Amino acid sequence: MPFIPHTEEDVAEMLASIGAKSIDELFDEIPAELKTGKLTRVPPGLSEMEISRLMHERAQQDGFYLSFIGAGAYEHHIPAAVWQITTRGEFYSSYTPYQAEASQGTLQLLYEYQTMMASLTGMDVSNASLYDGASALAEAALMAVRQHKTSRRILIPQTVHPIYRRVARTIVRNQAIEVVEVPYDPATGQVAMDKLDQFAREEFAALVIPQPNFFGVLEQVDALTDWAHDKQSLAIAVVNPTSLAMLKPPGEWGHRGADIAIGEGQPLGIPLSSGGPYFGFMACKQELVRQMPGRIIGRTTDLEGKEGFALTLQAREQHIRRSKATSNICTNQGLMVTAATIYMSLLGPEGLYRVAAQSHANTLSLIEQLEKLPGVKKAFNSPFFHEAVLQLSVPADKVLNKLKAQGVLGGVLLENYYPDLKNTLLVCATETKTAEDLDKYTEMLQEALTGV
Amino acid sequence: MSVPAELKYTESHEWVRLEADGSVTVGITQHAQELLGDMVFVQLPDVGRTLAQREDCAVVESVKAASDIYAPVGGEVIAANTDVESSPEKINEDCYAAWLFRLKPASADEIGGLLDAGGYQKLLDSEAH
Amino acid sequence: MLIFEHSRKNRLNYSQAPATRPAKNNIPDNLKRKTVPLLPEVSEMDTVRHYTRLSQKNFSIDTEFYPLGSCTMKYNPRACNSLAMLPQFLSRHPLAPEDTGQGFLACMYELQEILKDVTGMSAVSLTSMAGAQGELIGITMIRAYHEAHGDTGRTEIIIPDAAHGTNPATAVMCGYKVIEIPTNRDGDVDMEALKAAVGPRTAGLMLTNPSTLGVFEKKVAEMSRIVHEAGGLLYYDGANLNAVLGKVKPGDMGFDVIHMNLHKTFSTPHGGGGPGAAPVGVAERLLPYLPIPIVAYEQGTYRWLTEKDRPQTIGRLSAHMGNAGVLLRAYIYVRLLGAGGMLRISEYATLNANYLMAELRKLGFEIAYPNRRASHEFIVTMKEIKDKTGVSAMHLAKRLLDKGFHAPTVYFPLLVPECLLIEPAETESKETLDHFVAAMKEILDEIAAQPDMVKAAPHDMPLRKIDDVKAARELDLVWNPAG
Repeated sequence: MPFIPHTEEDVAEMLASIGAKSIDELFDEIPAELKTGKLTRVPPGLSEMEISRLMHERAQQDGFYLSFIGAGAYEHHIPAAVWQITTRGEFYSSYTPYQAEASQGTLQLLYEYQTMMASLTGMDVSNASLYDGASALAEAALMAVRQHKTSRRILIPQTVHPIYRRVARTIVRNQAIEVVEVPYDPATGQVAMDKLDQFAREEFAALVIPQPNFFGVLEQVDALTDWAHDKQSLAIAVVNPTSLAMLKPPGEWGHRGADIAIGEGQPLGIPLSSGGPYFGFMACKQELVRQMPGRIIGRTTDLEGKEGFALTLQAREQHIRRSKATSNICTNQGLMVTAATIYMSLLGPEGLYRVAAQSHANTLSLIEQLEKLPGVKKAFNSPFFHEAVLQLSVPADKVLNKLKAQGVLGGVLLENYYPDLKNTLLVCATETKTAEDLDKYTEMLQEALTGV
Repeated sequence: MSVPAELKYTESHEWVRLEADGSVTVGITQHAQELLGDMVFVQLPDVGRTLAQREDCAVVESVKAASDIYAPVGGEVIAANTDVESSPEKINEDCYAAWLFRLKPASADEIGGLLDAGGYQKLLDSEAH
Repeated sequence: MLIFEHSRKNRLNYSQAPATRPAKNNIPDNLKRKTVPLLPEVSEMDTVRHYTRLSQKNFSIDTEFYPLGSCTMKYNPRACNSLAMLPQFLSRHPLAPEDTGQGFLACMYELQEILKDVTGMSAVSLTSMAGAQGELIGITMIRAYHEAHGDTGRTEIIIPDAAHGTNPATAVMCGYKVIEIPTNRDGDVDMEALKAAVGPRTAGLMLTNPSTLGVFEKKVAEMSRIVHEAGGLLYYDGANLNAVLGKVKPGDMGFDVIHMNLHKTFSTPHGGGGPGAAPVGVAERLLPYLPIPIVAYEQGTYRWLTEKDRPQTIGRLSAHMGNAGVLLRAYIYVRLLGAGGMLRISEYATLNANYLMAELRKLGFEIAYPNRRASHEFIVTMKEIKDKTGVSAMHLAKRLLDKGFHAPTVYFPLLVPECLLIEPAETESKETLDHFVAAMKEILDEIAAQPDMVKAAPHDMPLRKIDDVKAARELDLVWNPAG
């Protein structure tokens, strides 16, 4: 019996102790008419050898590609130590650290994580993670509405990841919170300031500010943050954690700094894995800490004065506050944060800077090379971080298919999200790409362009 | 358990003191304080806010519980005790000295409906069983 | 010692970081970072040592018995982890074309089919990343259903008082008012209170069955009828699905929408608090509202369904497709178990719980619902012991840590005073349960002989009792190098 250690003798002794004749008898409180259970579509069990073979076949079927896709999930080198330590049973198979004395390892690690994230974002405090970047945006919007008290509207530029916007709408709509979108400037790929100014006289709980934005473009974050603050709205930063090694952190944006910073933590040592598990991060100013959702760890002492760590501010959370909690979140993404903390420790400030700078430089080189091809130009004229939008003169979907046939995933078709952006590709080259990889892409794109 | 005779009480375990100027002072009772345990955070209503009777208007938090505080009578908030906001443990030390906020009652009728010490003691006795 | 205290300025791990700072840099000066972030500068070896040491300060399933009620801490098979981490799975980008991920998608499709069978629901969406998000999806679908039927007066969700805190928190997050209904002396929902609570304002009922009191809600069929007749829908919180897996299907109990916690019932790791995964299953009537993405199989090919396929979907809940890697682990687990293994889960989980309950009762511990069968968990109340000796459930929990056992869930559910919610999952052997019983006996003797010693526990852990009052009063959430 897989994963069940009982011998027949054990079962007999246990039933005798209970005073039951059979295991079946233990289910006698379930009304007979409900006991319809029959599994017809669950196949018979496999041995470890058999499932191993099956999974290797499935993995083989998916294969490996040279990928230039980013769009919210980024391929970075993950040091070997990260997942070897993270999958130690003591991290992998432990529970939420409610019993502080039996969870000091996880608790201290989370405190270290909070410190790293608060510093990286330039904010005062950080929580211990949310599900992912998209749901973190929804939580930030709810938090802003709680804090603002009078407005139930959130301004989200269309330069924010389209799926984040979709997720935020799904979640906040339940509370009759309105999401208002701000168009982008077709020349710069940035938030259109003139369009934003049309909202200057209306009240909003918050303005969401992406950096870099979904197009990879750098926004004028100081002006946007001050715009929000001038009208008593909160500024919510959506940032890429790798980029923060190079870019001005949200806490320093504008005159007062952003109020909440959120984002997708995946670039910090989490494999792409078809989309998850990743983790969302959230940091904020000290005065907002009681509005923050999710778990928070505090440093304290034990009764002999020795340093220790514990979950704190738990009265915000659902297990205590129930219907008045800041969020319903319970399980978060603990193990992913474990990996991210080890990743950040291994890289340090200089290592993370180099990852960011090399990704930036690689994308600059790639775009320079590709722009020289006839029929290819940059869609926007603004500076970018490690992603950029290319405008092709031919059908971009056909180009992508031709590249794929050669083992190259050439980017993301933006038309699916922005109907106006026909035949455009969002392309990313992180530090994992060599000069040869960039040349290979350039050559293959050239071939593909002439062939369609 | 300490139930001062000169105070009025609510079924949600607030105490109410009638002041000479017609205002009322509100705090939480010894029973509530003991149930919650070590207090770590207090959130009080803004001065000037108008409350309806039984409206939730403040929160007291311990490590393991949070409890809403309800306005014992309707009226305007005329003072909030910032002292307990900065030192919530004062509620544990002496809950009848560590008041939370003061109200100017909208009408005298609601005050009449509050429990006296005997009535509150009876409530405590019945909850214990 | 914190990782930052091992740090030394300008130390770098040359093998892991790119070789140089490239010269090419186009970031405008006004957008550049001018301060160095507080990340540690430690060697690879010291990083490995530091986090290995930290891991050793944790209790975990791999090292201790972990009878945490309502959390289903069962063994996480190693093959589930190693096979989900095959390099092709790890390197696959979520936006890579579907034809480059047919192997992965096949696993997801089959998992959907298996979960449908196990729960008796018509369709399943895998997107939800945790139980609470599953609840959010479920209640959002209930709202969408009523709205689509022009039924806009339904503003209330009914929830028994024994429910997890996530239930009321979710209902409020979805814009509903919570109507709490009490539990009777036997641990069942008070039917009269339910009848009084339902009406034209009822949007739905959220129910955990078996409940968090460790008993099966016998009148579930009648409850289903009452709520449906009032025009409401039924939500099944699958937190305790492990207790009835394969025995009773939520679909057959009359539920319209359910979530199942894969990190409980399907043995994906708890990871120190996530990642979870909580697929949502629906009955026919809610099918149009299921969140995307969902995997479809058409003409020999797997593909994601989108908003074009499901125009009435409530939308998306994650940037990509939820916790895909967790779903892979669950898939591998169910394939290892097969149909027979799935049935045995609930049987042996129930056997272990009833055995442990019988043994603890024999020691003199008071069982909260003594006339009921335990489901896969049960409650001991320490109220009488506390009244007599001052030793509380929390004290006993901390003393258990000294004896090498993780504590049961304490002080939940809130309606049983001084409670310990105990769940020994099916993967624990009789010897382990017997060792636990022996430890409980020792503690009972200690309570009689030296209660103050028990109250001061833990004694043998790396730390004594943590001051969580100080943690909350003097917030210290990030380390400051200046001290």
